[in-house]
Amino acid sequence: MPFIKTFVFITFFCVASLSQAQTEQQAKTDPQHPHETIHIAVASNFTFAMNELITQFEANTGHSVKASYGSSGKIYAQIQHGAPFQIFFSADQAKPKALEDAGMVVADSRFTYAVGALVLWSTKPDLIVNGESVLSGDDFNKLALANPKLAPYGAAAVQVLEQLNRVKSTRSKWIQGENIAQTYQFVATGNADLGFVALSQLKQAQLKQASPKPDSSWVVPQTLYSPIKQDAVLLKRGKDSAAAKALISFIQSNQGRTIIESYGYTSTSNAVTNQSKHLDQQIHVDQ
Amino acid sequence: MSFSDADFFSNSDFFSNSDLAALWLTLRLASTVTLILLLVGTPIAYWLARTKSSWKGPISAIVALPLVLPPTVLGFYLLIAMGPNGFIGQLTQSLGLGTLAFTFWGLVVGSVFYSLPFVVQPIQNAIEALGDRPLEVAATLRAGPLDRFFTVVLPLAKPGFLTAAVLGFAHTVGEFGVVLMIGGNIPDETRVVSVQIYDHVEALEYTQAHALAGLMVVFTFLVLLGLYWFQRKHAPLLIK
Repeated sequence: MPFIKTFVFITFFCVASLSQAQTEQQAKTDPQHPHETIHIAVASNFTFAMNELITQFEANTGHSVKASYGSSGKIYAQIQHGAPFQIFFSADQAKPKALEDAGMVVADSRFTYAVGALVLWSTKPDLIVNGESVLSGDDFNKLALANPKLAPYGAAAVQVLEQLNRVKSTRSKWIQGENIAQTYQFVATGNADLGFVALSQLKQAQLKQASPKPDSSWVVPQTLYSPIKQDAVLLKRGKDSAAAKALISFIQSNQGRTIIESYGYTSTSNAVTNQSKHLDQQIHVDQ
Repeated sequence: MSFSDADFFSNSDFFSNSDLAALWLTLRLASTVTLILLLVGTPIAYWLARTKSSWKGPISAIVALPLVLPPTVLGFYLLIAMGPNGFIGQLTQSLGLGTLAFTFWGLVVGSVFYSLPFVVQPIQNAIEALGDRPLEVAATLRAGPLDRFFTVVLPLAKPGFLTAAVLGFAHTVGEFGVVLMIGGNIPDETRVVSVQIYDHVEALEYTQAHALAGLMVVFTFLVLLGLYWFQRKHAPLLIK
């Protein structure tokens, strides 16, 4: 099989040249200032915001950050089994708390880095004309929400439906995504007319599209659900890492918080009410 | 938080009602898919085994795609295709069936695509192993094409069909990525065992996850053991 041999050779060659390039990259760092490489684990809903935070942080400090994105539940299990992460950015508060209780984090390092906002969204421009009233009607085939058992955004969506007294009437139309990304997909592909998604996702989509497609949405008032707080912890592995501590400080700094807010999160819970009004205007710009 | 489902946060140490519902649904799905695949896969396998056409290569490649394609990719395109603007969605809507995503039949369609090579290939190999001769002999005795199939091919290639059915069934039971993409996790409709295990793990309910996952391991092992034992008895018709 000459083809296979060639293929293997080419693959080997590519890998070799890549690792060569990487060693050269590492050799360039200035020995006067030790630059660290840290590994962090991040809940997938925060991917885009974290990418920008990392870019800024690396530019500011020269440290490098390797981020693994995934579901908080899986990351939690990996950390319990010795995954080499120094900081964990969860999608909820429960998992960092559980790690804290298990003695796997640096004492008093837990903090809320972002608060998510919930939006009822449809790709049909004329469906959500009057906020919550669409939920009492029968104009939609399915209502997508994240699995309330697994995802904080799903639990918040159920809270909203309970507050509006719409659980029983809509229950038969629920379809559950495993996470908020999948829930968004169900609505975006047009398979579900309605869905509770994260404000950060809609902002992300708006940024990506050259010409925004018409849609309709209702930013759910924060009074209808408890704040979707996302907590982070410094893990025991990051105890002596200057870079890990510097990243946490950066995320808590004004520059970090500005980035987080630009992605549709609030960075502290007390600014929520003004923030949501202001985001409300932004989100309806395209209509 | 309160839910109307009593078993939403069930803490039983063995199988909860939702686990049992997921098991039952999985068996129903796998049986339905296996039956459809035997009906759909047999003509494809027969044609692939006997044809001299230049289409053989492309069709074989399409049938084998799910072997190498990540299930999430397949599921993602199925979700788009089943949507109101996708070609499957357009078809089902014009037939008055609505859209297929998030329904049991949507899972059936997805699984048929996903398990197709596991059914087609063993049957195709078994028919190829027969060679031309038995069919030529039957033809000289004035057996028509259908007659030849039912009286010659089917009895002689029976081990191939059995292998196909077992593999198709087992593969559908173990399916995850496609269901995750097009299922929507609806109890009794699209929440199959693999998704249920995933949910247990994600919710840190490791005891229930172990119980269900252990059951899957034992089931899969027994199925494969039975298959290999059966194949040793019918040595010449192995899966290539």
